[in-house]
Amino acid sequence: MTPDLATDLGFLKLRNPVLAASGTFGYGSEFAPFMNLAGIGGIVVKGLYYAPREGNPPPRLVETAAGLINAIGLQGVGVEKFAAEVLPGLRTIGTAVVVNVCGDDDDEYLRVIDFLDRREGIAAYELNISCPNVKKNGLCPALRPDTTRALVARCKAASRRPLIAKLSPNVTDIAEIARAAEAGGADGISLINTLLALAVDADTRRPKLANTFGGLSGPAIKPIALRMVYQAASAVQIPVIGLGGIASGVDAVEFLIAGARAVQVGTASFVDPAATVRIVGEISAFCERRGIARASDLVGTLRI
Amino acid sequence: MRQDPAARITLHRNWDDYHLLRLETPDIAAEAKPGQFLMIRISDALDPLLRRPISLHAREGGAVEIFFQVAGRGTALLAQKKEGEALDILGPLGRGFDLGTDVQGKTAFLVGGGRGIAPLFFLSRELRTRGAKVKILYGGKSLRDLPARERFLRDGADIACATDDGSFGRAGFVTGLLEAEIGNAAPDLLFVCGPDPMMRATARIAQARGIPAQISLESVMGCGFGACWGCVKRIARGDGGRWRKICEDGPVFLADEILWDGDA
Repeated sequence: MTPDLATDLGFLKLRNPVLAASGTFGYGSEFAPFMNLAGIGGIVVKGLYYAPREGNPPPRLVETAAGLINAIGLQGVGVEKFAAEVLPGLRTIGTAVVVNVCGDDDDEYLRVIDFLDRREGIAAYELNISCPNVKKNGLCPALRPDTTRALVARCKAASRRPLIAKLSPNVTDIAEIARAAEAGGADGISLINTLLALAVDADTRRPKLANTFGGLSGPAIKPIALRMVYQAASAVQIPVIGLGGIASGVDAVEFLIAGARAVQVGTASFVDPAATVRIVGEISAFCERRGIARASDLVGTLRI
Repeated sequence: MRQDPAARITLHRNWDDYHLLRLETPDIAAEAKPGQFLMIRISDALDPLLRRPISLHAREGGAVEIFFQVAGRGTALLAQKKEGEALDILGPLGRGFDLGTDVQGKTAFLVGGGRGIAPLFFLSRELRTRGAKVKILYGGKSLRDLPARERFLRDGADIACATDDGSFGRAGFVTGLLEAEIGNAAPDLLFVCGPDPMMRATARIAQARGIPAQISLESVMGCGFGACWGCVKRIARGDGGRWRKICEDGPVFLADEILWDGDA
């Protein structure tokens, strides 16, 4: 029997538990030549600020052992061009569209939400309170419980759509931050964003990235992501979406077992542009092999 | 643009650390244009993680060829691939050179530095097929850095060389050779690929003489198809300059629109 991959986040029903992670899937259309976009649970669109954004100077990328450090700086088209040129195409795909919402300050998050609330075709917002690249020291609201709760609460009160808070791993106690997002009214949380990182050129003694610091992603960070997903899922009642280094169906299953109700696939899509749909198939094959009727039966089943 | 998960290597030759691989990949070969590139999966494992961007050197029927120099860990692993093995590739990627509508009877200089010669062989064939008069200007540190020279000759191309150490051709940078050749007779078109300082110097020469030049840039890339925004260059298109993606908006740009590092 074909396993049932349907995923219910409460506020959002997905065809299957695999979403494409923000910042690694462009605006979706880049992947159309390589895969069936309708075959995945959803697309989290690249982080969106109100105005178009320049991004950081190059070099923006450094490859590390089974990983990638990036400091793109959230270059993007801004809300007007997104609504006019990107959203219409995304709506025709037939998969859940989640928009990753960014802001340099609280007011900008609210302006982005206000603008998008007046457009159709968006299933939820993912509040990017955790991008480490924008300011050089990696500061962001998700580093503290009070700023997390306050920002989530303001955005939730202003939004007509479900809100997922995307958390940073660059904290001492992730459970505390997860609880703060829940207390602020988040409908769900996603984690982990990238780990603040530094790559050094030994010959020049200079940072390899123009921005000095960047965010580490890829298979190298998976064990840290699993640990934090487990801790966060143990701390809150709202659904957890897990991400960080997922490159295979078994990786995704590990996140479900750790407590994630859905997963996001990020850096793997650069290496294998069809990684998201491949992982959907691999989750199904895993369940079939083990006689698991529903992928959701795996969620939170870690035996300790 | 597509993925070929198993493009078979039917030929592997090398000259020291320069390598030529022929990959059987009919669908990608049919779409390929000069100046476009492949993203090549180096390993089935997760380390090295990223694909490597390698420009198209030639099309031979249903195959494409790449020509590269070992420059790091990725290319070192690629250099170990054997005939009969298969590579997972994406391509053809990028916009490639703009050959215009009519190059019949026009003269074109193709200026290549080191491994930057790679895309110019494909371009040379295409321009000559279309009736252009092509001259190759090929520079390297030393004679051993000019391994593609013989193939251009076998192909019937007009080629002049420069070496930094004077071991072959004109002594000095290829930019010196270019200025000398322009002094004899300026071309209608200029196409350039090589190290950054060489491309920058060539762009200046072209601009000073009013010769339209197309420059093929190289960059580290995360994906190669526009999704990661990692491979940007400052490009001015009536907007004072923005970070544009080398993989998607390029890798070929006009000399006039590239803002080099350190320029205002």
